Amino acid sequence: MTCTEFLAMLDDLIDDAVTPQLRAELQEHLHGCDHCEVTLSTTRKTIQIYRSHELYDMPSGLRERLHAAIMARCKKGC
Amino acid sequence: MATIQPIAGELEPPHPDVALVERVRGGDVSAYDELVRKYERQLFRIAQHITQNREDAEDVMQDAFLKAYEKLEQFQGNSKFYTWLVRIAVNESLMRLRKRRTGRMVSLDEDVETEEGSVPRDLADWDPDPEQNYSQTELGEILRKTIQGLPPGFRVVFTLRDVDGLSTEETAETLGLSVPAVKSRLLRARLQLRERLSRYFKRRKASTSSGGSK
Repeated sequence: MTCTEFLAMLDDLIDDAVTPQLRAELQEHLHGCDHCEVTLSTTRKTIQIYRSHELYDMPSGLRERLHAAIMARCKKGC
Repeated sequence: MATIQPIAGELEPPHPDVALVERVRGGDVSAYDELVRKYERQLFRIAQHITQNREDAEDVMQDAFLKAYEKLEQFQGNSKFYTWLVRIAVNESLMRLRKRRTGRMVSLDEDVETEEGSVPRDLADWDPDPEQNYSQTELGEILRKTIQGLPPGFRVVFTLRDVDGLSTEETAETLGLSVPAVKSRLLRARLQLRERLSRYFKRRKASTSSGGSK
């Protein structure tokens, strides 16, 4: 397996959407390829970091304004 | 041999949102409040990621929830309420973006020809715990700045798929893209983010480097 072929399967590997046979082939490539090993581990880390950090806090008061807007809309006929 | 399970075609129990939607249709506004509370954060996040503007994101969130409320009769239970709602928010966000970028086409298809990040270049390994080198504020800045550099179509696919946890099929349905298009954008979004974050997170060597960082 070449690095390009490995890269094409990177997402499926990360998302655990590969067959056992393909997984074994990918693992075999990883054992002999530091570059792909680093790409895999740091891409996983990238996803994990974005998943675990809320980048945009909702402004305070937004929920109340939204609620008021929905109630006002409802009074017009819901 | 294959272990990948087909998702479609299986009879699944109705999603809890279906009951809430039914209550709203029956005139119970408090049920809509429940739906708002459940999804407001995700919707705000998506609107921020697309518009890159706080005021716009606030407006988008409000408009999307109002529009969904008004159009609730059109919602058909064959898709999840959340994906239906997100589709409204994505369209609202793109409209806002177009207003700000008058004269420029804005769609989820723009800028997708970029080759950046499609082949990893920075192959230095990262610190085992790269977040520890930065304060929460610094880290937030880095993560925002990094994802803001991606084309909108990449940002939104990454956010829906990796941050919100929608499936590839749901992401495709929500954005009106094909499954291969979502897959292609996701891979490039992940690789570009990885590449850009490497600048901050790669293992720091004690020896001299040509980078000349402070």
